[in-house]
Amino acid sequence: MPTMSTLNFLSVLPEAIVLGAACAILVLDAFLPDRLRHLSFWLTQLALLVAAWLVYATAAGEPVRAMNGMVIDDMLSDVFRFFTCIAVSLTLFYSRGYLEARGLFRGETFVLALTTLLGMMVMISAGNFITLYMGLELQALSLYAMVAMHRTSKQASEAAMKYFVLGALASGMLLYGMSMIYGATGSLDLVQVGVAVLSHQGNPMILLFGLVFVVSGIGFKLGAVPYHMWVPDVYDGAPTAVTLLIGTAPKLAAFAFMMRLLAIALGDLAIDWQDMLVVLSLLSMVLGNVIAIAQTNIKRMLAYSTIANMGFMLMGFLAGNLDGFTAAMFYSVAYVLTTLASFGIVMLLSRAGFEADQIDDFKGLNRRSPWWALMMLIVMFSLAGIPPTIGFYAKFSVIMAAVGAGYVWLAVVAVLSSLVGAFYYLRIVKLMYFDEPTDHAPIVARLDNQAFLSANGLALVFLGMFPQRLVEICFGALVLSGFV
Amino acid sequence: MHLLSLAIWVPIVAGVAVLTVRGDANARHARWLALLGSALGFLVTLPLWLNFVPDTSDMQFVEYADWIPKFGIYYFLGVDGISMLFVLLNSLMTLVVVWAGWEVIESRVSQYMAAFLIQSGLINGAFCALDGILFYTFFEAMLIPMYLIIGIWGGPNRVYAAIKFFLYTLLGSLLMLVALIYLYNVSNSFSILAWYEVPLALNVQILLFVAFFLSFSVKVPMWPVHTWLPDAHVEAPTGGSVILAAITLKIGAYGFVRFILPIVPDASRYLSGFVITLSLIAIVYIGFVALVQGDMKKLIAYSSISHMGFVTLGFFLFSTLGMEGGLVQMISHGFVSAAMFLCVGVMYDRMHSRQIADYGGVVNTMPRFAAFMMLFAMANAGLPATSGFVGEFMVILASVKVNFWLGFTAATIMILGAAYTLWMYKRVIYGAVANENVAKLTDLNRREFWLLASVAALVLWMGVWPKPFIDVMHASVTDLLAHVARVKL
Repeated sequence: MPTMSTLNFLSVLPEAIVLGAACAILVLDAFLPDRLRHLSFWLTQLALLVAAWLVYATAAGEPVRAMNGMVIDDMLSDVFRFFTCIAVSLTLFYSRGYLEARGLFRGETFVLALTTLLGMMVMISAGNFITLYMGLELQALSLYAMVAMHRTSKQASEAAMKYFVLGALASGMLLYGMSMIYGATGSLDLVQVGVAVLSHQGNPMILLFGLVFVVSGIGFKLGAVPYHMWVPDVYDGAPTAVTLLIGTAPKLAAFAFMMRLLAIALGDLAIDWQDMLVVLSLLSMVLGNVIAIAQTNIKRMLAYSTIANMGFMLMGFLAGNLDGFTAAMFYSVAYVLTTLASFGIVMLLSRAGFEADQIDDFKGLNRRSPWWALMMLIVMFSLAGIPPTIGFYAKFSVIMAAVGAGYVWLAVVAVLSSLVGAFYYLRIVKLMYFDEPTDHAPIVARLDNQAFLSANGLALVFLGMFPQRLVEICFGALVLSGFV
Repeated sequence: MHLLSLAIWVPIVAGVAVLTVRGDANARHARWLALLGSALGFLVTLPLWLNFVPDTSDMQFVEYADWIPKFGIYYFLGVDGISMLFVLLNSLMTLVVVWAGWEVIESRVSQYMAAFLIQSGLINGAFCALDGILFYTFFEAMLIPMYLIIGIWGGPNRVYAAIKFFLYTLLGSLLMLVALIYLYNVSNSFSILAWYEVPLALNVQILLFVAFFLSFSVKVPMWPVHTWLPDAHVEAPTGGSVILAAITLKIGAYGFVRFILPIVPDASRYLSGFVITLSLIAIVYIGFVALVQGDMKKLIAYSSISHMGFVTLGFFLFSTLGMEGGLVQMISHGFVSAAMFLCVGVMYDRMHSRQIADYGGVVNTMPRFAAFMMLFAMANAGLPATSGFVGEFMVILASVKVNFWLGFTAATIMILGAAYTLWMYKRVIYGAVANENVAKLTDLNRREFWLLASVAALVLWMGVWPKPFIDVMHASVTDLLAHVARVKL
């Protein structure tokens, strides 16, 4: 009979708040007239704020097992749950005007955003294969629905279908891999699997077989080559607000997922997964950057840029030591911050009946609004990895981890591929600054949206000049979570 | 006093302040604010020269603070006799370009001025940084303002030139980043000074040499990776060309003395023949290429490459004379090439053409201008009593000491330089008035006159009395040569 103390309910209180808010808003919204729809929006924001605050306030330091071991509440989970709450909150702020103009400013949007967040939070603090898988599915199912929310759009339906089919396939592979590992080690608990692997229990062939499937599943979720086919279509087909949601917080969750599976449970198979990740990382960086050049649609371009960025993140991770994990964690946070700003600006330029999703829509932005052109400039240079933006230090840290682990050749390929990448980011800057505008519509947005977006853009430079604090947070979280 | 921090951050803060001036209606404010910022930026660098202790090779005005200790990166600044001069040169040239762009730039004035100011601070940072990653940060970041300067205010083919400039220089520097990280792994420090002491195997040294060499030789630029420079120069606005020629190229050469020679001395000695060969090709071949140019800016751009070949030649002779000659040549070229681009700018503002064929007989309508340009052309050709002579003479002398034919080949620059510069001068300035556009030209206005006069004074000063410059660098050069002579295997 579990007592309250083994349940450790405090550890999952933020999740409970999010779940409660999702249910409450679902009911409440049904009774709200359209003009009061903002109430749902602000309630959602309030829930996110409370959840983020709770994560922050209950950050324990020492790892705590909760819900009879199904949940691990360590610093890793606290940091990532905090950042995912913030990322979803910012996503909703940036999307508000966009959603209103397209009739998507509805209760379902907020509820689905909250459930996808819930999925991510469960995934981040999972202590067991089952929790891990449940969180993943909850997150993914909510996202499938959100992609399809623009019911009348054929493109969105197609994207949702593609996302669903490929996502289900990936989940299947993951589950298959997990069952293999369960078969080999006899446990679903991540830590116990780790112990079993360490003491060479179970058939190594089966274990390796399971690992291959698990890595494939992770590759799908991250969008790493050769599992990347869904990324451009979904990014392009989904409403930009949903693209922003897919492109940001889930990447954090996917990183935590990777930490839980590969670093904690299968840490002693590092020799094996390192080689697999080298292939994924290399292909992602090269293909992502090269194919992005040919894109004329900014959402597709950013999709390929995501693929390349995930390759970089994997390069840090595959170092397989504390430096590497810190670098990859820092990279994923930096990447999410940059992506938030990039799609935020795309949505800022869009209006009713105009998506601003073509690269040419950025023509002459400096003439129309020097401020937003400057912000986009910062975003582009951050993605290209030019100092003094955070993107540079992120790339720097993963390259340093790779060189430190002896992958000098991979680092050389990485920097050369980022040279290719610089070309298409520079092209956006070129369009904004060197060309004359074709579109003269004024850029209108709510004040809160403008303030957050500006702060986000400036943060890319500020954190680029003073990255120490953020790096320390990542490092400290990993150390406190028991990585050495 | 944090003099070096001031030298870096005063222009950057001033640049950001200028950026807040909105709209071209307020261009006047932007100009005055920029002038004030650049003057202040120059003033804060003057104490560096005045308080400099010339008889030590130690780093001076050192600043050391935590920056990203987690990655072993520190805010570590300092100058020696080599870098100090370039900080001054850069701050002075920023003042010159702000003044040179005064009424010439009419669109997006505040952004133009801000780009130059911010770039000036970043360049100072690159010259002062003693931490590898701090250097890299400044080295890369300075590409951004120049990219915008060429792309926004440049000529018809500006987009191509801007992107080529950016990608070319980025290619080189990215490999350097891997080299820096590799050195960190070997020495557990990003301090450049610590790297001087790290033993490295010859094959490792050679790989590091290649990575650094790619980065800096693109920037210098050396033949055969020079092709971005003519495009960038031709398309850039006058101010952009001035900074490119006078300062940006110098960072490449500075990289040789700060990184390559002391960190990988064995590889430097091992590969010195290779670098000297490339330098000679630049001097002779690019000299001939300059001869046939029809575009004045292109001609000066090629002349820059040829003159920078002299700098790298001087460095890799490994003698005090050659090294100091190369450094003097860098500073002199900073003045002379800047002046030449300013002269072309003066004509371009009136005629909107850079083609030599469109000119002829300019002396008839612009006599004062012709006199100034005569001086600068002579300096470019290396006439004694101008700054251009000193460095070239020293390098030739040093190369004759090594090998007569080396000196002989290097000395052809005296003939080629005179040939292309004076031939251009003859075609543009002398003769009868070529067409009615030339006939309508007006002579220098007051601003242009004083601008050229001040640069002319510097050119003459350095030509007649180069001792103050050489005295400052002597101790550092001696120390550098001691480092190069060491075996670090």
